[in-house]
Amino acid sequence: MIFLTVGSADPFDRMVRAVDEWAASRGRTDVFAQIGKGRYHPRYIQAVPFLSPAEFRERVRAARLLVAHAGMGSIITALEAGRPMIIMPKLAELGEHRNDHQVATAKRLGQRQGIIVAWDERDLAIKLDLDGELCTPATIAPEASPELIVAIRGFIAKSDEMEGAKS
Amino acid sequence: MTNSPVPTRSSVPTNREATRKKLLAVASGGGHWVQLLRLAPAFTNCEVVFVTVQEGCRADVEGHKFYSVHDATRHTKIRLIRTALELSWIVCKERPNFIISTGAAPGYFAIVMGNLLGAKTIWIDSIANVEELSLSGRLAGRYADLWLTQWPHLATEEGPHFHGAVL
Repeated sequence: MIFLTVGSADPFDRMVRAVDEWAASRGRTDVFAQIGKGRYHPRYIQAVPFLSPAEFRERVRAARLLVAHAGMGSIITALEAGRPMIIMPKLAELGEHRNDHQVATAKRLGQRQGIIVAWDERDLAIKLDLDGELCTPATIAPEASPELIVAIRGFIAKSDEMEGAKS
Repeated sequence: MTNSPVPTRSSVPTNREATRKKLLAVASGGGHWVQLLRLAPAFTNCEVVFVTVQEGCRADVEGHKFYSVHDATRHTKIRLIRTALELSWIVCKERPNFIISTGAAPGYFAIVMGNLLGAKTIWIDSIANVEELSLSGRLAGRYADLWLTQWPHLATEEGPHFHGAVL
């Protein structure tokens, strides 16, 4: 099963259409998609507008490959589940997002094992054909880096102590 | 120093359980919420109240108090006012000792309001903001007692600071 997701905010018709057309041309009936509220209605793949976070995680776990916009929610969930993914950034110039932060995300995270970037629709079709050759990322722990946890914990403890000293 | 598991907490009051501090954890949907959940191990000493924009997230934090509010962005001014009022009401009602947010607009309002009411506030800018801080992140800087970015190259001496990331 391939799971396509475009995120919980804006739609991403360009990506949905590309995956729909790819699935049609390859005769793939095992694609499920979360597509938001776009104008494009997929003809071939099965799609829903939104999923709850729990359903979303379940879909990611059930998938062999995640195909997603370059959003951190999708990326982190796939890394937590240890699933390979193809990400494609939403572009501001096409009105797909408010700015090009997804391009920056794709550049940075495309260097990680198990994450492949598709820069446009043609590139996406090529990378979807690689399907079987994608390597699986190492599963990450379900929590932030120890450094960040310690920083927050320390801040809370210190503020608490200072307040205790005042009273 | 004692052998306390939390190094900075050297003068732990014996009745700590009775004086457990309240922390309000606020995030928008999608990636913001996923990142907030990855910080949970930092809050283990607190009573945590969660706020987000999707009712479906309630199941992610079972056993904790949970509010869902309306989402808003800078492009929807009327909705922004509604979200600001919702957060103000929650902060006034809950009177948390700490407020933490991974963005975006709802978290900003919570931090401004919390700052007014004397809560200690923590802003962690989303890891999606690779090239520059988010607008809400920049604005939150004035009101956040701990102001963090997840990218070292965005940190400055005056803040935001860098202490690791959710990945």
